[in-house]
Amino acid sequence: MTASVVVTGLGVAAPNGLGTEDFWAATLTGKNGIGRITRFDPSSYPAKLAGEVPGFVAEDLLPSRLLPQTDRMTRIALVATDWALADAGVNPEELAEFDMGVVTASSSGGFEFGQGELEKLWSRGGQYVSAYQSFAWFYAVNSGQISIRNGMKGPSGVVVSDQAGGLDAVAQARRQIRKGTDLIVSGSIDASICPWGWVAQLASDRLSTSEEPSSAFLPFDADASGHVPGEGGAILILESGDSARARGARVYGEVSGYGATFDPGPGSGREPGLRKAVELALADANVEPGDVDAVFADAAAIPELDRVEAEAITAVFGPHGVPVTAPKTMTGRLYSGAGPLDLAAALLSIKDGRIPPTVNVELAAGYPLDLVGPRPRSAAVRTALVLARGHGGFNSAVVVRAAG
Amino acid sequence: MTTREFTADNLRRILLEGAGADEGVDLDGDILDVRFEALGYESLALLETGSRIEREYGITLDEDALAVANTPRALIATVNSQLRMATA
Repeated sequence: MTASVVVTGLGVAAPNGLGTEDFWAATLTGKNGIGRITRFDPSSYPAKLAGEVPGFVAEDLLPSRLLPQTDRMTRIALVATDWALADAGVNPEELAEFDMGVVTASSSGGFEFGQGELEKLWSRGGQYVSAYQSFAWFYAVNSGQISIRNGMKGPSGVVVSDQAGGLDAVAQARRQIRKGTDLIVSGSIDASICPWGWVAQLASDRLSTSEEPSSAFLPFDADASGHVPGEGGAILILESGDSARARGARVYGEVSGYGATFDPGPGSGREPGLRKAVELALADANVEPGDVDAVFADAAAIPELDRVEAEAITAVFGPHGVPVTAPKTMTGRLYSGAGPLDLAAALLSIKDGRIPPTVNVELAAGYPLDLVGPRPRSAAVRTALVLARGHGGFNSAVVVRAAG
Repeated sequence: MTTREFTADNLRRILLEGAGADEGVDLDGDILDVRFEALGYESLALLETGSRIEREYGITLDEDALAVANTPRALIATVNSQLRMATA
């Protein structure tokens, strides 16, 4: 008997809402968090829209000691972790430090911090570079800082695999819990909306150059022409079902299945790996396609990738076989933060019996999907599937189920 | 040429700018003989502090000397001795 792994706390920072309640209320009303970039002047770049997390004032939420040594993504991750622990009713000081670990994902590290230090190196010289650059940019820094701040010395790490990484981190957290750690802080916050981060993202050639927030990011639409990047994500508190029960914790749901695949090389003629990832996740969760009540799509908004995803979903669930939604149409793609944010939305769907909407999209002819429209859909949700794909061929799928 | 003096106030400002202050630590209090560790400044914070002092005062602080200067009073003395040597 393998131990169950459950989610007991959520900490959300999304472009359309800061904090779980704000995010969920905004999402159900279809509030779009995409807008013209404010964190730098985007006028000289081909892509000018992003999903920026609004109203985050680190100075009000974190001790001054942490500010000189942290990038924006780390500050948001630390605060989201505080919120998730509070939501779970966990006070880390009361638990044994080796019974708690941290596994997050990261797709870019602390780009903005790194940009500032590179500017100093280039314009003023090496002695002006902060000693904290040694770790502040680093992929593993969110895991490290969360671990230090909360005294969590159990199994920890970081997963770096672009958008799919956020689900891979949760899967790794689940493994660590199954191996005997009671609690793992997992999920991901990514944020690199600064000039250096922006040019790195532009290099993918997948960014929408539209300047109209309501028509810039249109997955599964005939007008799909790339995505809008966003920042933020979600931190989840994962616990073994036994220890959550023992302390009488409120449980959002169980992380019950995971599958990950890698696409075959270009030109191989073999089928893309997404369908297999879905099948592996369902088998791992021991559920049939007919048990799944909602699919949270990766929603690339690149016509070829949309087609692959629609085909994978149709192959597993049949034409119009399952409600499919993409609440990320309101946030942009959050890279490694996207999967955890979709997991949070899936768990809130289970709690509330409402599948969040997909905004602005007019489903293209030829995709036989039951796409949830611009309004949330009321439905009893007991099992949900979350998909994420990373640039370069990563596919990951996670199944969450109602507890009990 | 007069020698610049590195004071406790200068150190407080540089500590705050470079590394912030721990909650529950009053840098304005009587800290001169409290070890940096107890004030919440680990080796990296001191590296950053030393680097800021070097930049601002145009001196070079020996790594070993920095390692030995484990209280504000000791660090202030080390910096002032470097300042005197620089103008001697």
